Amino acid sequence: MQASTHNAGQPPRILVVGNGMVGHRFIEELCERSAPGAYQVTVLGAEPRAAYDRVHLSSYFSHHTSEELSLVKPGFYDKHGITLHLGEAVKQVDRAAKQIHTNQGRVLDYDTLILATGSYPWVPPIQGAQHHECFVYRTIEDLKAIRSAAKQAKSGVVIGGGLLGLEAAGALKALGLQTHVVEFAPVLMAEQLDSQGGQMLRRKIESMGVTVHTGKNTQEIQMHGGQQAAHRLCFADGSQLEVDLVVFSTGIRPQDTLARYGGLPVAERGGILIDDHCQTADPAIYAIGECAAWQGRFFGLVAPGYKMAQVVVDRLLGGDARFEGADMSAKLKLLGVSVGSIGDAHGRTPGSHSYVFQDDQAGVYKKIVVSADGSRLLGAVLVGDAEDYGNLLQMALNDLPLPAHPDSLILPAYAGAKPTLGVDALPESAQICSCFDVTKGRIAQAVADGHHTLAALKAETRAGTGCGGCVPLITQVLNAELAKQGIEVKNHLCGHFPYSRQELYHLIRVGGIKTFEEAIAKHGQGYGCEVCKPTVGSILASCWNDYVLGEDLTGLQDTNDIFLGNMQKDGTYSVIPRMAGGEVTPEGLMAVAEVARDYRLYTKITGAQRIGLFGAQKDDLPAIWARLIDAGFETGQAYAKALRMVKTCVGSTWCRFGVQDSVGLGVELEHRYKGLRTPHKMKFGVSGCTRECAEAQGKDVGIIATDKGWNLYVCGNGGMKPRHADLLAADLDKASLLQYLDRFMMFYVRTADKLQRTASWLESLEGGLDYLKQVIIDDSLGLAAELEADMARLRDAYACEWQQTVADVSQHARFAHFINNSARDPLVQFVAERAQHRPASPAERVPTYNISLEEA
Amino acid sequence: MMSQAQEWISICALTALRPGTGACALVQGKQLALFRPSKEATLYALDNIDPFAQASVLSRGLIAEHDGALWVASPLKKQHFRLSDGHCLENPDFSITSYPVRVNGDRVEVALA
Repeated sequence: MQASTHNAGQPPRILVVGNGMVGHRFIEELCERSAPGAYQVTVLGAEPRAAYDRVHLSSYFSHHTSEELSLVKPGFYDKHGITLHLGEAVKQVDRAAKQIHTNQGRVLDYDTLILATGSYPWVPPIQGAQHHECFVYRTIEDLKAIRSAAKQAKSGVVIGGGLLGLEAAGALKALGLQTHVVEFAPVLMAEQLDSQGGQMLRRKIESMGVTVHTGKNTQEIQMHGGQQAAHRLCFADGSQLEVDLVVFSTGIRPQDTLARYGGLPVAERGGILIDDHCQTADPAIYAIGECAAWQGRFFGLVAPGYKMAQVVVDRLLGGDARFEGADMSAKLKLLGVSVGSIGDAHGRTPGSHSYVFQDDQAGVYKKIVVSADGSRLLGAVLVGDAEDYGNLLQMALNDLPLPAHPDSLILPAYAGAKPTLGVDALPESAQICSCFDVTKGRIAQAVADGHHTLAALKAETRAGTGCGGCVPLITQVLNAELAKQGIEVKNHLCGHFPYSRQELYHLIRVGGIKTFEEAIAKHGQGYGCEVCKPTVGSILASCWNDYVLGEDLTGLQDTNDIFLGNMQKDGTYSVIPRMAGGEVTPEGLMAVAEVARDYRLYTKITGAQRIGLFGAQKDDLPAIWARLIDAGFETGQAYAKALRMVKTCVGSTWCRFGVQDSVGLGVELEHRYKGLRTPHKMKFGVSGCTRECAEAQGKDVGIIATDKGWNLYVCGNGGMKPRHADLLAADLDKASLLQYLDRFMMFYVRTADKLQRTASWLESLEGGLDYLKQVIIDDSLGLAAELEADMARLRDAYACEWQQTVADVSQHARFAHFINNSARDPLVQFVAERAQHRPASPAERVPTYNISLEEA
Repeated sequence: MMSQAQEWISICALTALRPGTGACALVQGKQLALFRPSKEATLYALDNIDPFAQASVLSRGLIAEHDGALWVASPLKKQHFRLSDGHCLENPDFSITSYPVRVNGDRVEVALA
């Protein structure tokens, strides 16, 4: 049947087989460059979900969901009139009839066929390897299977110590398994790293608790044949390893079966043969991505696949773009270790020589390979510190001349001024983002068109949205272009104050300024706004710790501070008394319970180890707090940008594993810093041993007990953007701990930007953690005594705000709902839920009528 | 046509309004937000109900100056309403009503129409 596929008068039919990263990139490029409706596009994907980010697959375990990994914006295919069939594989291509047959019995005609079938994991022919409980690591479905098997497992092994294998090992570790990596070659990542770099990587990975076995030839896997664990691996040298879970990551092979059956030529080592236009031997069929072989080789990275997708779209639209090979440089983070590999990493170019920097203590290895005459960079290996990757890559790709002493490129900054590449040196044509092939010229144009932030540039050019390795370089180009246009990068508070928060803090502190009026008269202009008022309010509190509801200060307080409670969606408030360290007496619990019952408050344990009472009406707040204060409670400052609380585990007083009294320390710290207004809210945690039950490393300040004292971690965060805290100092006695903490707190108060949590503050500090250590521990700025004195003064000025408010009768009028009537807010209504109640939605509210007795 | 003389309703003493803040008043069944941006006797009155959240909270918002005008930022999600006429900066479809307000002697008075 030849004649069935006539399509007269209709737009040409493009059929895309494969909905992976490259297949999807092709669709995006086509939609972007062709007129709507110019083609009739159908996509078939064998996996049950639309294209997702395979490069960041291991993050699926740590913090991403499959939705977050998705590359397809909701509604994208519908919007462009593209038909997408998921979970449907193509089993045959009938080139003569220009038709494909799917495993669902569907037959589809095409005018142009795009094969983007990707690759499949290759598993070596080892006895036992074909067992269904041996896993591979490529799709979300693979990961789900691994995750489910890991629930019954204590240990796991990844066979294969290449790039993907180490990714997989990271995933096993994230699942809490004792993790092993087995590699046939003598070093890890032999493809990208030289042997010294591989050694360094191994040491770093082992220090994280992953056991690495190199030079091991796995001969047999005895599934369910283990004694200590479920399965047993037998190696050629007679040794054995027993684990509960086996994952293969021994390389990939192009998925070229359709081409083989369809009679299209394939390369010797696999891959559908394509020419410079990515066309196969059949002019109606193109192949792109990992399933394609150009000049006999296939590319196992995403960037070359993206380039091929662009070439084919250009070709379909009548252009003459060509695929001319791809740079296989890569930068990635494996198990938390930064690794970079550029060009001729092994120094195989005749006559080339290399420079090496190695710091065993910090775990950093850097090597550059330069040409025989020392004028050009040919390759590089970076382990433990890949900061230089962007610069070095641009030097290699753009053939830039090297400085007189090329080794200065990889020496640490303290060795002397590092020759910076300077983005000005790059030609306009320099490719900054290799994932999306974005040049420096394109980024400069976008900046000129008004895209002045990194986020705006990403949205406009897509640069930096693939692997993300080029983001530092994009930022450099952005800043250089802004500077050229004479645009200053400002960090002014707002239109009313031409200063940053840090500068304003200094002016207020040194000038002894006590009110907003004085601050804006001396250092600002106009009336003020919802940005500068609370910021100045917070700075005044950080400097003088005066009562925040004082006559001149009330109008500066934001939503929560102005009535000393967190406003809920219906205008009611939460009431959260302090329970330092999470401790509460039975009598205290009873008092809280009685208040909750008497005022009908919804009651819940909060995330901060204390009890929250919700739904309190504003006019009840003074009476509620009067009762809590009588029962011995004080404000928990749950409404303030201040230290909220200290989370503790029970520690050595009760726990049989605890090595120090974590509750005792937590209670002391909470009382030491309570109420002190900080640029943003702060949370502390204290754990009594390394089991870390208080999750201290996810807090702004985390303290973990050791046999010898306390380890102090700083600048962690949970919430939206989790960050592990960094170790500031180890094995401290309590006096030093308190001293460092006083300094740390005040240094943060002095130098952070408005509403900047400690985590992003540290990231923005020039010099980072090392600088912070110098300031806090070595007193490099000579500030320590002043910081400690400031803190002592503030602590002396502490008073419970609710105690002050309850005692001050003039405040009570402010808490009435109406200034002219004792009625309550008729819009505050509740509906029952799970034995308590919640705010009624506007639709659920019962209309109320105000009947005035005077008129009746 | 002569408009009917406005009926002024006495609400509270001026001193009851703390400078730089607002307060909510109940006027003939309506919830009104009164604002006193500074120590001066200049006042504003708007609906107190945040039209986005349908909660009676606007008097508890921060008073802000932008583009030469004064606004209140809703305490819930910070949408801005112009004190002079209730215009909503983020979405004019959510603009609210403003009311005449004056200081008569030491009393604050509003008119509903």
